[in-house]
Amino acid sequence: MGILEVKDVNKRFGGLQALGDVNLSIAENSVHAIIGPNGAGKSTLLNCLVGKLIPDTGSVMFDGQSVLGRTPFQINQMGISRVFQTPEIFGDLSVMENMMIPCFAKRDGSFRMHAIENMLNEQDIVEKAERMLIDMNMIDKRDMHAASMSRGDKRRLEIGMCLAQEPRLLLLDEPTAGMARADTNNTIDLLKQIKDERDITIAIIEHDMHVVFSLAERITVLAQGTPLVEDLPENIKGHPKVREAYLGEAA
Amino acid sequence: MLGLNKHDRTLLIIVAILTMCAPFILNPFPTDSGMAQFNAGYPDLMQRFVIFGIFAIGFNILFGLTGYLSFGHAAFLGVGSYSAVWMFKLLSMNVIPAILLAMIISGLFAVLIGYVSLRRSGIYFSILTLAFAQMSFNLAYSVLTPITNGETGLQLTLDDPRILGVSATADGGIPVTSLFGLEMRSTYEMAVGPWAFQFNAGYYLCALIMLASFYLSIRIFRSPFGMMLRAVKSNQTRLNYTGLNPRPYTLAAFVISGMYAGLAGGLMASMDPLAGAERMQWTASGEVVLMSILGGAGTLIGPVLGAGFIKYFENIFSKINDTVLHNWFAFLPDGLEDAVVFIIHPFIGKGWHLTLGILFMLVVIFLPGGLVEGGQRIRRLFSKKPADDGKPAATKPAE
Amino acid sequence: MDAIILQILNGLDKGSAYALIALGLTLIFGTLGVVNFAHGALFMIGAFCAVTLSKILNISFETIDETQVDFLGNPLKVKTPYVEAWFGPETGAALIDWSVPLAIFFSIPIMIAVGFIMERGLIKHFYKRAHADQILVTFGLAIVLQEVVKYFYGANPIPTGAPDVFKGSFDFGVLFGFDPNAIIYPYWRLVYFGFSTLIIGSVFAFLQFTTFGMVVRAGMADRETVGLLGINIDKRFTIMFGIAAAVAGLAGVMYAPINSPNYHMGMDFLVLSFVVVVVGGMGSLPGAVLAGFLLGVLESFASMNEIKSLIPGIDQIIIYLVAIIILLTRPRGLMGRKGVMEE
Repeated sequence: MGILEVKDVNKRFGGLQALGDVNLSIAENSVHAIIGPNGAGKSTLLNCLVGKLIPDTGSVMFDGQSVLGRTPFQINQMGISRVFQTPEIFGDLSVMENMMIPCFAKRDGSFRMHAIENMLNEQDIVEKAERMLIDMNMIDKRDMHAASMSRGDKRRLEIGMCLAQEPRLLLLDEPTAGMARADTNNTIDLLKQIKDERDITIAIIEHDMHVVFSLAERITVLAQGTPLVEDLPENIKGHPKVREAYLGEAA
Repeated sequence: MLGLNKHDRTLLIIVAILTMCAPFILNPFPTDSGMAQFNAGYPDLMQRFVIFGIFAIGFNILFGLTGYLSFGHAAFLGVGSYSAVWMFKLLSMNVIPAILLAMIISGLFAVLIGYVSLRRSGIYFSILTLAFAQMSFNLAYSVLTPITNGETGLQLTLDDPRILGVSATADGGIPVTSLFGLEMRSTYEMAVGPWAFQFNAGYYLCALIMLASFYLSIRIFRSPFGMMLRAVKSNQTRLNYTGLNPRPYTLAAFVISGMYAGLAGGLMASMDPLAGAERMQWTASGEVVLMSILGGAGTLIGPVLGAGFIKYFENIFSKINDTVLHNWFAFLPDGLEDAVVFIIHPFIGKGWHLTLGILFMLVVIFLPGGLVEGGQRIRRLFSKKPADDGKPAATKPAE
Repeated sequence: MDAIILQILNGLDKGSAYALIALGLTLIFGTLGVVNFAHGALFMIGAFCAVTLSKILNISFETIDETQVDFLGNPLKVKTPYVEAWFGPETGAALIDWSVPLAIFFSIPIMIAVGFIMERGLIKHFYKRAHADQILVTFGLAIVLQEVVKYFYGANPIPTGAPDVFKGSFDFGVLFGFDPNAIIYPYWRLVYFGFSTLIIGSVFAFLQFTTFGMVVRAGMADRETVGLLGINIDKRFTIMFGIAAAVAGLAGVMYAPINSPNYHMGMDFLVLSFVVVVVGGMGSLPGAVLAGFLLGVLESFASMNEIKSLIPGIDQIIIYLVAIIILLTRPRGLMGRKGVMEE
């Protein structure tokens, strides 16, 4: 029994079958990659996991509880964090504030009225956020305006914000899309380090095969909204069905 | 001290000194001098400064922090005024229960309107709040006449019950508003040479309440709650995916700012116990938007500056007329004098709104940060530091 | 039955005005992505074009008629408009009588020019700014425009009559077999309704059947792609702004005889027109027109005494109430497209 169990999920948009009978099981503390050609339904699947979309049929269980019908913030509070394709951070706030917000969310839940409390009395939050910034190697950017950072740093901050919530499952949506090679390698190293140091399950959607084969312990290939194969990375490389799915599209 | 950092404490102290010494500061010209018309240190106007200051501070908590632009905030002001006047009619002429009721009722009203309006954001939110305010305004004028007294406006009468007070004074007049016996209209005049300074009880009550409101708003700005509100403005998607529910945060901000407006309305009625529907009209909502933007939305001191600025110049500009202008430009040759007066004429007196509109456009176009940003630019110009655009914004104190 | 027909008819002229203003608002929003709070001011300027033309035509010179005396016994001063002197009394009088319809031709170039100046001079710089900024700057502009008009024309409403032919009312009822005087309807309102449908029809035809309109529609749907095709969409959008201004202006010109123009009529209509746009669905032209007529008619129904006695005050709030209900149940309005103005 994996930490995330997707059973018979279907999703249609008008006449388009975006997902058809998707079954997926992600084992606890593993790195699971979901790959597939464009339009295979990877993002739709991801959106069904985090509550942005609701599947037409099927079930999505996280740690034995259904996530269906819950809003994104409720699902997040269950322990699923999501990293976006383009980094979603609080651009108008400082880096430190960006990091403090998930710390508050972890401690206080989805809403708390702390309108006249003083930041100085939140020493535990401040310390935790600073520790997280040190871990992410960006403590020197503590007071920077988050929007003014480079794309690589924004990505790093976003991952750090997700980790600050101590999630059990981290979902990454093409985390290296649009990045230069050096930034991509940095991100791979960061993710490897996270994997080694924390008890965390990582599910990653990715186009870049270099990233996938550097990280993944298990790979699911999605094509036309249906899982084609699920196997170890070394078996995926030469798999005829996978070739067909990718090359067929290319031809 | 007070749980504020050094910078905020300085700001609070400056505002406190300014408001407490306002009767002096606003009356710099001797009463019999030609410049006396620029004096603003009389009770009625000073009360308006601080009351609108409270209104704008509250509006800024919503708009400045969350970015939700409400175009119907005057509704809360009106509700506050009506509630306060009813308290004067039914209970007593003491202002405390009136102000409390004004805040409670406008708070409840804000819960209702906010709960519905905050389901949408952006322009839809603005239109929804506008629709609610116009509805309240129209109703106050028509069906709700038993409560609002329609076009005439709600006033005190001699046969009001006033359970804890008297319906009429010994000499048959309508009693006046007071704070435990201290009449709001009582004014002490101090003559120093050619100057006359007026110290009004009502003004000082309003000023103290404004200081408290200002202090509270600093605390809110600096609190984790304030940070969450800024996060709402910055990126709601991330907030949702960080396990935080934006709606109770925005609703709380909406209700707080509605109660500020109600407080302002209650104070208005406490200074002059009548309430009319025109206080709820959307032009009144537009006015508080103007104040916040002009001063600098999202900054602490901005709304107070904006409110003071607009109310001061409204008063001064309305008083200037052609005769005054001719006096000023008398040193010019006759033809030129007439020409100058002719050019300025549309902008003064009744033309004040034209000046205000132009000023407002200029601010939005060239100075989106309002007067506060203007002040910062000037300071930067004089300190001759290299432009600190690259400097992290977060370290820049929000004044 | 006759009462219902009467209310529908009564709602049509107000509905026409709403529809025309909302149409322009939607055009501007759909093409330029700008929320224009100054659009009501354009309506008001249109109405004052009619006022101005009627004033110009009435410019007179004075002659002294020795044969007559006024009540003080002085020789009577007679005012003769120049147009009557130039074109003869009959043509001149007709010109003055028809000043409102004539103002249509007078106002079109003025309104287009005003629209161009507004777009090029101000709005252009706000495409990339937040919607809140757009609302604020156009709100400021609206204040300025109405204060300027107030400065020149004063604060009081200025009665501006329709041509004599259209004064009086038309007994609709007898046509359909009702009692005489059961359904009477002023001619001018009928003209207004016809005129509005004509304008609305022309705008739709223009967008539907011309290449220019096709490009504009494509631009409304997907601005970036059209831009990528190498079509200068901005220039066309500027022209659309001019057209939208002209539509609002014409709505104002023809409305002058219905309600005497005053400087704040624009603001009064603007608030309601925005509600109309939102109800119809931001960015949907048919939605704007539909919602305009719908709300106009609803408003007129709500002002029936039978309904008012049932729900007191409903006539004052019906439009806002409908708007709130629609926004909450159909967030995109009646005919709104997905993805427009949704954050």
